Amino acid sequence: MIQLIDIRKSFDSQTVLDGLNLEIETGKITVIIGQSGGGKSVLLKHMIGLIRPEQGEVLVEGVDIARLNDRKLNDMRKSFGMLFQGAALFDSMTVGENVAFPLQEHTRLKQKEIDEIVQQKLLQVGLRDVAHKMPSELSGGMRKRVGLARAIALDPKIILFDEPTTGLDPITADAIDRLVVDTQKHTNATCVVISHDIASTFKIAHVVAMLYQGKIIEIGPPDAVKSSQNPAVQQFIQGTAEGPMLDYHLLNI
Amino acid sequence: MVKLGIIIRLIETVGRGLIRFIEEFGLVMFLFLASLVWSLRPPVRIRAIFKQMEFVGVNSLLVVLLTGIFTGGVLAFQAYHGFRLFSAEGLVGSTVALAMTRELGPVLTSLMVTGRAGSAMAAELGTMRVTEQIDALYTMACNPIKYLVVPRVIAGVLMLPVLTIIADFVGIIGGYLVGVGLLQINSGIYVAKMIEIVELEDIFNGLVKAACFGLILSLIGCYKGFYTSGGAEGVGRATTQAVVIASVCILISDYFLTAAMF
Repeated sequence: MIQLIDIRKSFDSQTVLDGLNLEIETGKITVIIGQSGGGKSVLLKHMIGLIRPEQGEVLVEGVDIARLNDRKLNDMRKSFGMLFQGAALFDSMTVGENVAFPLQEHTRLKQKEIDEIVQQKLLQVGLRDVAHKMPSELSGGMRKRVGLARAIALDPKIILFDEPTTGLDPITADAIDRLVVDTQKHTNATCVVISHDIASTFKIAHVVAMLYQGKIIEIGPPDAVKSSQNPAVQQFIQGTAEGPMLDYHLLNI
Repeated sequence: MVKLGIIIRLIETVGRGLIRFIEEFGLVMFLFLASLVWSLRPPVRIRAIFKQMEFVGVNSLLVVLLTGIFTGGVLAFQAYHGFRLFSAEGLVGSTVALAMTRELGPVLTSLMVTGRAGSAMAAELGTMRVTEQIDALYTMACNPIKYLVVPRVIAGVLMLPVLTIIADFVGIIGGYLVGVGLLQINSGIYVAKMIEIVELEDIFNGLVKAACFGLILSLIGCYKGFYTSGGAEGVGRATTQAVVIASVCILISDYFLTAAMF
């Protein structure tokens, strides 16, 4: 389980997370929604120790990762997989080498065994005969699939997705949504997805949390969040410009 | 009152620049120490180091050969016209050899490699930073300094002396071709004077300088790339700054190294 307790983070004079509290349920897909530039990616990066909070605790399996030294943090990170918004594939490596990378770094498997796992992970994300290709030869959707194959290479217990459908056409976005759901079912991992795509959110989420002004203002099952009485939540779900979020949003775009 | 305002603004500007310089210097030193620590921790990434040695060394060979041979040639040409005034043409060979081994070999090689490989290091690491590839390394429990910076710094320190030896050698050949072949200096005197005056220490000190310059150019290239921000524009800025700062640092450190060595 991941717990964020009273997290505060600011960049220069701008407070991004302001006493945020959040509990991520084990073995479920939690989607965190919120405006662009609202701190969702910053929140996700706190969960894997890429950013340390100025205040508060980030508990993963009861351990505060914000206080860990580099070695212990790296040990903890081995139980994580992360899919970045732009996939963050290594340009200088082939697709196969990208997926094999964590296996080569953290296991003592022979090359033949690594190759088999790479093929299996690529098939799991619906890709065949691409291992020899360079990332620059792939479409946006394929890059995300490869990024996911790399993220699940070590069979992590927790998978973080940073806006997996952003920049994709609706059909590819739907395919990626299905992939997120299938991956969670297949691995039984705890998944945290950052999104501002409402349709996608309600398709895949077991739990939806909404981030607004540095705090989680609503959290619960999709139906409960849909019927929330909070005007900011309703405005975001309806996607209308009028409402309490307008001024805040205009200040941040 | 107006004068006071100008003075305050001036102090503020100087102070900001000083703070920025101290910050950047601190980060470069941090990267240097972190590289040192990570280079001592196993496993040693031999493949990555060889790959960078190929990039910094082998791929810079042509540009170093051309720089060396023409520098040696032009040096012989200029020296000849000066020495002819007091009939000391025989000293052209030793002048070229001394200048190449002590100064021009290490400095020009380092400047050329800075333009070719130092800029590429900044651009490559900068692109990796803005496309979150460096963050991806962190999430996969790999330290990017060990994986990206250490091989480049090791390659810089090891390959610059090798390239400098080559530049020294072809520079002397270039000087010989111009001096003996074109300007008709006596070949025996040319070589004998060169052997008489140039000492092994001159060559060795030149190579030590080259290793220091290799450290400077790779460290600054990696530093600028590693801490890039601001998308494609930021990568371009980092690349330019890496070349300019590394080149200036090489020339400044050359003065102090020369003062200490010779």
